[in-house]
Amino acid sequence: MEKYRINQKDGMEFGLYSLGDHISNPLTGKRIPAQQRINEIVELAKLAEQAGIDVFGLGESHQTYFATQAHTVVLGAIAQATEKIKITSSATVLSVSDPVRVYEDFATIDLLSNGRAEIVAGRGSRVGAYHLLGVDLQDYEAIFEEKLALLKQINEEDRVTWEGEYRPPLNNAEIIPRPKEGSLPIWRAVGGPPASAIKAGYMGMPMMLTTLGGPAMNFKVSVEAYHEALQRSGYDPTTMPIGTTSLFYVGETTKEALQGMYPHIDNGFKAIRGAGYPRQQFAQAPDYRDALMVGSTDEIIEKLLYQYELFGMQRFLAQIDFGGVPFDKLMKNVELIGDKIIPALKKHTKQ
Amino acid sequence: MKIVILSGSIVGSKTKTAMEHLEEMINKRDEQYEVVTLDLADYDLQFSDGRNYHEYEGDTKYVTETIMEADALIIGTPIFQASIPATLKNIFDLLPVHAFRDKVISTFVTAGSEKHYLVAEQQLKPILAYMKAHIVPTYVYIEEKDFLEKKIVNDDILFRMERLVDDTVRTTKAFEFIRKEEEAMYDF
Repeated sequence: MEKYRINQKDGMEFGLYSLGDHISNPLTGKRIPAQQRINEIVELAKLAEQAGIDVFGLGESHQTYFATQAHTVVLGAIAQATEKIKITSSATVLSVSDPVRVYEDFATIDLLSNGRAEIVAGRGSRVGAYHLLGVDLQDYEAIFEEKLALLKQINEEDRVTWEGEYRPPLNNAEIIPRPKEGSLPIWRAVGGPPASAIKAGYMGMPMMLTTLGGPAMNFKVSVEAYHEALQRSGYDPTTMPIGTTSLFYVGETTKEALQGMYPHIDNGFKAIRGAGYPRQQFAQAPDYRDALMVGSTDEIIEKLLYQYELFGMQRFLAQIDFGGVPFDKLMKNVELIGDKIIPALKKHTKQ
Repeated sequence: MKIVILSGSIVGSKTKTAMEHLEEMINKRDEQYEVVTLDLADYDLQFSDGRNYHEYEGDTKYVTETIMEADALIIGTPIFQASIPATLKNIFDLLPVHAFRDKVISTFVTAGSEKHYLVAEQQLKPILAYMKAHIVPTYVYIEEKDFLEKKIVNDDILFRMERLVDDTVRTTKAFEFIRKEEEAMYDF
């Protein structure tokens, strides 16, 4: 776990992540300017650090309703604005970038941040980036697998000799600068079905598993499949971290949380997926067995500990800003996370 | 109540004819609904490529968005090669996984003979159920012999189609009533 900068003695890590979505606030009907949205993301990272949150992540989506296409640039600004919080992508759509450039960017962020940078590499759950940047969706899977393998190789070798189909060959190439400790934690972003979890296991990489809603139990299949694949590839599952992610909203009471989150999650789903969040399903979400992280502080703690029993993850990342959530609500969430949730979580997961 | 009538084939006349009868029937009723008819023969649709439905352009965007706005959907389908036509399956593939949540769907089938009566039961309904539709259990199965010169000449079929419209409207109202009652209980 040290290789991935995880210290289990400290208990489970709690982080925030954002897709950098840029959607109007349903309560006002207004959308803040992109400049304000980006600055508020940097501000949120600073607040998160002050509240004792361990990680801050930011993703890229090259299409309508998103503002952080240049997520590495924003992560660089966060590196400058903070001192100790870990900085990760969430996720980097590796298929549309050159792994060499991605590695250069994140190694640089790692140096700027004094060894705090990480990469979560994914295929993206939206197709905007593929259309905009001219990557053929037909080769979606092959491109990602090849690029992820190259990224891993660059991370492990000072001089890289490589040949593949979707990028010119590398001949004893020096990919510099190197990160502070010589390598970066690189996670594979994994969606619902276990197929990607299995690939993460075979490749011997940490897994960042998204659990956006529905019964948490449904995601256990992916964790088990991941562990089995790790073993088949000769890796010891106890040395490989798992992270999970979910949409998140905490309130002093269940009612406050439900009222605070619903307009945003519904609005965000409508904008990005074309159908709102069903009210009945949302009403059931505070139940500890549901993966969607909405509820009172006690309910959230219960959910996290239940999932810790199920998945044994080393990190949980919360998405609190989806669907035009105004900054005062974000501040309130960060405050409750820092004051109530993290102390309880650490107490119960320390080893 | 917004009712969308979808004719699932781009060729042939039987489904189209039945759909026209159906539209006329609905419009003649005392109670008025917003009715939109989508005959796939009138549109140029792309095959699903994994995008969200609202990210398509032109006809593909119009047809999928119209379906997503419906409270009730009445699907007309012929039988091709012992199944539903590819054009209709493509509509399902274009839509999100739970596209039919809170929508009522009823079906009429047109076919050359009685031999494929169970196709809708065994092939169409499982798709609708997976996509979370409230399915009207019965459907009307209309055969070649029920048509003459692009008209339905079997009065029994017309009678059953009226019943299908009744059931569709009634089921839509019932689920809307329950949904509103439940939503009134939520305090968010």
